[in-house]
Amino acid sequence: MTIFSLALTVLLGILAFVLFFHVSNFLLDYFGKRSSKIFKLENSLRAVIFIAPAFIILFVFIIYPVFETIRLSFYDKIGREFLGWSNYAWAIKDPDFRRSILNNFGWLLIVPTLSTFFGLVIANLADRVWWGTIAKSIIFMPMAISFVGAGVIWKFIYDYRGPEQEQIGLLNAIVVAFGFEPQAWLTIPVWNNLFLMAIMIWIQTGLALVIFSAALRSIPSETLDAARIDGASELKIFWSIIIPYLQQTILVIWTIITILVLKVFDIIYAMTNGQWQTEVLANLMYDWMFRGGGDSGRGSVLAFCIMIGVIPILGWNLYQHRKEQKI
Amino acid sequence: MSEIEIKKLNKLYGKAHVIKDFSVKVKSQSFTTLVGPSGCGKSTLLRMIAGLEGINSGTISIDDRVVNDLSPKERNIAMVFQSYALYPHMTVFDNMAFGLKLEKRSKEEIKERVHEAAKTLQIEEYLQRKPKQLSGGQRQRVAIGRAITRKPKVFLFDEPLSNLDAALRVQMRIELAKLHEQLDATMVYVTHDQTEAMTLSDEIIVLDQGEISQKGIPLDLYNKPNNLFVAGFIGSPKMNFIDAKINSQNTDKIDLSLLNKSFVLPKNIQGQLSSEEVKFGIRPEDIHLTESTDFDWESKAFVVEKLGSSTFVYLENEGEPIVVECAGDSSIKSGDIIKVKFDLSKSHLFNKENTNILA
Ligand SMILES: Nc1ncnc2c1ncn2[C@@H]1O[C@H](COP(=O)(O)OP(=O)(O)OP(=O)(O)O)[C@@H](O)[C@H]1O
Ligand SMILES: [Mg+2]
Repeated sequence: MTIFSLALTVLLGILAFVLFFHVSNFLLDYFGKRSSKIFKLENSLRAVIFIAPAFIILFVFIIYPVFETIRLSFYDKIGREFLGWSNYAWAIKDPDFRRSILNNFGWLLIVPTLSTFFGLVIANLADRVWWGTIAKSIIFMPMAISFVGAGVIWKFIYDYRGPEQEQIGLLNAIVVAFGFEPQAWLTIPVWNNLFLMAIMIWIQTGLALVIFSAALRSIPSETLDAARIDGASELKIFWSIIIPYLQQTILVIWTIITILVLKVFDIIYAMTNGQWQTEVLANLMYDWMFRGGGDSGRGSVLAFCIMIGVIPILGWNLYQHRKEQKI
Repeated sequence: MSEIEIKKLNKLYGKAHVIKDFSVKVKSQSFTTLVGPSGCGKSTLLRMIAGLEGINSGTISIDDRVVNDLSPKERNIAMVFQSYALYPHMTVFDNMAFGLKLEKRSKEEIKERVHEAAKTLQIEEYLQRKPKQLSGGQRQRVAIGRAITRKPKVFLFDEPLSNLDAALRVQMRIELAKLHEQLDATMVYVTHDQTEAMTLSDEIIVLDQGEISQKGIPLDLYNKPNNLFVAGFIGSPKMNFIDAKINSQNTDKIDLSLLNKSFVLPKNIQGQLSSEEVKFGIRPEDIHLTESTDFDWESKAFVVEKLGSSTFVYLENEGEPIVVECAGDSSIKSGDIIKVKFDLSKSHLFNKENTNILA
């Protein structure tokens, strides 16, 4: 019954849109023929009519929430009382917030760089061996796993059972096999951040790999042959020909992963929940927004910070894109 | 000195035997052209000489040194590709300097050599541009420039002019000829273009399915093709082939019937004939229009191509049409009945095995 009503709603929605486009188009045609004024405006009017529904949806679901978030960040816990800048002042002084900013920077610096680098190198090497395709499929597989799922898998890798017990964690098993003491990896500050980042890199390298593999195919083989004849070693070809050739692709992948990393939440939530100095902005926001009664004011401040972080990256990306098109 | 000697070279791609027992000696400082139909192995051969493609068996030597196991850079060669293969993110200058930088030459020397090459090729004003900002002809010049800055002993060209328009091709052809004079290097050149092959080469090698069909100086190939393949491949429009039958032969004279008539060739046959059925070959320019009653054949013209300098008339024949070259100002229209006479002294005969059998 619910499925039926759902389908009906979808159907009605589609019908309404078809009707809207048809009727407005028809009206425009009809009046366009009668009034020369409308006729002149016809093309731009038609564009407005066709874009309007999409724009309204975009506005309601994306632009309005942005402004609502900004508004809420100036109000109290339940969004009633105007507090001015005090939520922001709180954030600047809050040690958890500072820690999060620092950690987020770490993530931003390390994860996109390493994922892009590994993706590029593996894509390059995989074409040279017969088992390259198999290797690529295996490396791509983590992409199909949700972050929480990946967290659960990696929990087993970093698992710690106390010094006297049998270690079931893969990393500890290796460490013990080499005769060292087992460690509670996720509780060692600073290093535990790197262990968490490894998970993200493990997932995102697959994405980079697949896109780079396709992009590598677009490099004409004669250009590489020409470099070989010019006396370039394979490493030199990689640095001087392939990387500049893939510049645009590298930029795109780096941006995608950077934005993803800025929002990193699931991995932290599933693995440490921000303990042992692994806090990040998104997890902190979730904490304030929904835990202990919830504080929409402080939560919004944190959400706003994440958004602010994305803007320069997008802006830089757009700028690079424009520059490339001008040449 | 830079002689290339290839002995018993073989190349297989899986089961496909692409180059078969190929042996040739390319003289030092000569201009040798490889021609042949698409897929006959020209590029593969060139890439093997360059060291970009592995060899299954045989040897390649440059200056008496076997280079089979040397990398491209150790062979001291340069190659120019059909697609130019410029480095898109580098300026023209950097494109041309890339090889020199890898050789760790001094800045001054690099600059001097690049400018020298750019001057020869008249691309000095484009040195700071990117390849994208150049026309096809200019790009090809840069590609050639990149090859000559390193002053290699051997140049390999893989259809370098085929992406250019006709006028530019003629111009670049002349420049290549000049370049060959100036550089004292051995050049091996692959082309589809008849004119390029005929005009540039000291020697032409006709390749057919990975084997040498014939090699020699251009006019020899044109006037004395060894076999049907070379006869058909060299010359444009190609030689006319007409089925014929030998009735009798004695010294200095061959009696044969073709186009339902009887002809006497004032020539000798070499070797034994396995069959009387032969192919008679004659080039379009060796068939002449005639008004007299002493004509060899008459037929309707069904296509007339006027090129200005000459006119090609396609005559109806069972099987393939026969092409006749006439004067550029000829007034023949399609549909006209044409009488022609064959210049039998310039004709060829090919046996069933497709070999030229005239002595
Ligand atoms: N990498 C490859 N793998 C398998 N077969 C190949 C490969 N490269 C070339 N071949 C085959 O080898 C043969 C010769 O190819 P090649 O490129 O040398 O021809 P070509 O004479 O240069 O032709 P074209 O005039 O069209 O350039 C062709 O039949 C081609 O299909
Ligand atoms: Mg080729």
